[in-house]
Amino acid sequence: MNWIRSRSAAWTVMAVVALALFASRCAPSAPKGAQKAAAGSSDIAVAAQKTYVAPGDLDEYYFFASGGHSGQVYVYGVPSMRHLATIPVFTPYPATGYGFDDDTKKMLGNLTWGDVHHPALSETNGDYDGRWLFVNEMNGRVARIDLRDFKTRQILGPIPNVSGNHGSAFVTPNSEYSMMASRFSIPIPKGTPGAISTYATDYKGVITGIKIDPKSGELSFGWQVLMPPFNYDLGDAGKKASNGYMFFTSYNTERATGKLEVTSTQRDRDYIAMVDWKMAEKLAAEGKGTLIGGVKVLNPKDYPGLVFFIPCGKSPHGVDVAPDGNWIVGSGKLQGVTTVFNFEKIQTAIRNKDFTGDEDGIPVLKYESVKDAEVPVGLGPLHTQFGPDGYAYTSLFVDSAVAKWKLGTWEVVDKIPMSYSIGHLTAAEGDTVSPDGKYLIGLNKLSHGRHLSVGPSQPESSQLVDISDEKMKLLYDAFTEPEPHYAQMIKADKLHPIEVYPKEENKHPYAIWDVKDAGVTRNGNKVLVKMVAVRSTFTPTDFEVKEGDEVTIALTNIEQTTDELHGLGLLDYNINVVVDPGETKTVTFKAKRGTFPYYCTNFCSALHQEMQGYMIVR
Amino acid sequence: MHEYFSRLNRFLSQPLDLSPRLMIAAAALLLCAIYLFPLWNLTMFAPQYPEGLRLDIYSYKLEGGNHGQDVKEINILNHYIGMRDLIADDFTEFKWLPFVVGAIALLYLRAMVLGTVGHVLDVLVLNLYFSAFALWSFGYKMYLYGHTLAPTAAVKVPPFMPPMFGYKQLANFEVYSYPQAASYAMGLSTLLIAGAFIVAWRQAGRRRADAA
Repeated sequence: MNWIRSRSAAWTVMAVVALALFASRCAPSAPKGAQKAAAGSSDIAVAAQKTYVAPGDLDEYYFFASGGHSGQVYVYGVPSMRHLATIPVFTPYPATGYGFDDDTKKMLGNLTWGDVHHPALSETNGDYDGRWLFVNEMNGRVARIDLRDFKTRQILGPIPNVSGNHGSAFVTPNSEYSMMASRFSIPIPKGTPGAISTYATDYKGVITGIKIDPKSGELSFGWQVLMPPFNYDLGDAGKKASNGYMFFTSYNTERATGKLEVTSTQRDRDYIAMVDWKMAEKLAAEGKGTLIGGVKVLNPKDYPGLVFFIPCGKSPHGVDVAPDGNWIVGSGKLQGVTTVFNFEKIQTAIRNKDFTGDEDGIPVLKYESVKDAEVPVGLGPLHTQFGPDGYAYTSLFVDSAVAKWKLGTWEVVDKIPMSYSIGHLTAAEGDTVSPDGKYLIGLNKLSHGRHLSVGPSQPESSQLVDISDEKMKLLYDAFTEPEPHYAQMIKADKLHPIEVYPKEENKHPYAIWDVKDAGVTRNGNKVLVKMVAVRSTFTPTDFEVKEGDEVTIALTNIEQTTDELHGLGLLDYNINVVVDPGETKTVTFKAKRGTFPYYCTNFCSALHQEMQGYMIVR
Repeated sequence: MHEYFSRLNRFLSQPLDLSPRLMIAAAALLLCAIYLFPLWNLTMFAPQYPEGLRLDIYSYKLEGGNHGQDVKEINILNHYIGMRDLIADDFTEFKWLPFVVGAIALLYLRAMVLGTVGHVLDVLVLNLYFSAFALWSFGYKMYLYGHTLAPTAAVKVPPFMPPMFGYKQLANFEVYSYPQAASYAMGLSTLLIAGAFIVAWRQAGRRRADAA
């Protein structure tokens, strides 16, 4: 056709091309200042590079460390070992306002302290699924941290009959239960004074299964098993081959009192308790058990098969199940070997009733029939974590080292000194069915001399070790707040926390989204102040109440931008809350006469200093 | 003189062949892009906003990036310097622009059907006038927002002109302003109408030469 060849068509084509070139100029996708990093060589340089996370880059793993007697959970990034955040759990934390607003105050109850020991990430099919983190504390409580927003959402307890909830919060492979085991045996129910001379017969230990709701993660009482008065120490859930069983170490099977460091260390072997939790679940569902302290407690004597004892030397501390579930490693802290038990042999021994006796009706399996090896790891073995390649890593408290050994061959291949006195250790996803290897962190008890002196009260030491090769290499010394007992290391891409609470999700009855809705409403002597925080004003900017009024301030942070936090500090009332974008929090107090300023405590904007108001109480 | 005007009228009443008509039809279709695609985009980066804040201007709405959050963020930041909030209600253009452009598209189709050179000239002039007005209006709106800063603003900045095309540094922000698909479609539409006119002119000229 003519028009294809006509000159004006050519003009149109050229115009289109010009336009296309014009169109290819559009906004860039990143600011002008985007950078890249370079490489290096040499040994120290290699270690430095392995731990260096360049400015703007992100770590590979999250490291959730228990806070011990600080009552919190600390979040670190690995390999940089930087402390990223503190998740308050059992202790008030004004930095994020935890324990000051009505909801968290209620969660804490009348305790302002908790001894947090063992964090446990929720699992599906024995692998971390990134939904929740459960932690225990010694006052008999378990908490659930929601990993969607890294907040403590529930504290359950104190659970009846449990004294010193140490062997906790270990989860089963599909997060059916979070376990509790008592360190201190007492006559139950709580509140019963018992003569110390009756310890061996009248004092009882308990093992409790706390049920986890599969959808919401909500914790509730599941079942409880009565146990002989041993000190129950640590636990691990059986997985794969051993799924359905829960293992707990115990010491003081001597049932001794007095100077325990002597009296409770006399026997060559104590026990690993093996609990059939699926059976316990079934019995509890059937309503079996004796009512003690308000809950049904199952006595293993009445239910053969519920609990077995496996002898393990000597005062075993850690029990750790290998990734395939067939080996159970019990570390006796007062000897030089760690013992490996074979689950198949255990099952055979049970079938053949290969017992050497019983404790309060609970059968004790014959040691030689169920043990596979005593691995000469070194002095004072405590805990074992696993790698992807059949390697196991055991912490040695007395030797102050970590031993690396092979499952199956029982050969010790390497040992690395830890500075100093390592307790627990954590390998990347090291207690799951598929450990990652790569990194291991030693949670040490003593740090003297490894850091600038800070006086008598020393921080804890966490040392990062590279375990990707046969020989372990120390990469980095990090110092943590007191005091991580255990930790969980999870691949960063398994977590997808939100950074803003979407407006649609906020179902708080006092939430408001427009400054027009802010104001004071009175109901007798109860006053409700609905307040809005947005850069850079609190609305209302001032309000009046009467002396003696019970005032509730409901503050909504209507921002929907990440990192736009606002705090509300009310002077002279000991109140400081921090509200995240899209969140609503309430504080309630009794008004006393005077004029009181309130102001934004969490830096929010260029005009943060102007974000204030006055409460006038007549 | 009279000779000139008769020749002009004869020229203008020349019928259109197929190709100019097709070009006009294409031009009308391209105008419909304003119902689907944004007209313009402003993207802003700052040290605290490394991912950028985005604003898409459609013929019937404003849309902020990050699920609409960006326009709210821009307004919160702008209030410090006293710039008026960007709210849809303030933009009367959103009410009449889609209607007017639709009417223009219909006029194109009318020109195509009635099919004379004069009709093409008609819609070409209309198109040029409308495009010029649209660009002026956009520029003026930008000027207005950057020059009517509230005197009570916490941070006093001298009145400024936001960029209409290209890059400009405004305080801590790198601002990039570029046309988007709908504007390119409108530009192409103008070129097609102009092209249709030129093609029709040449075809009319050739017909006269053949006849002579």
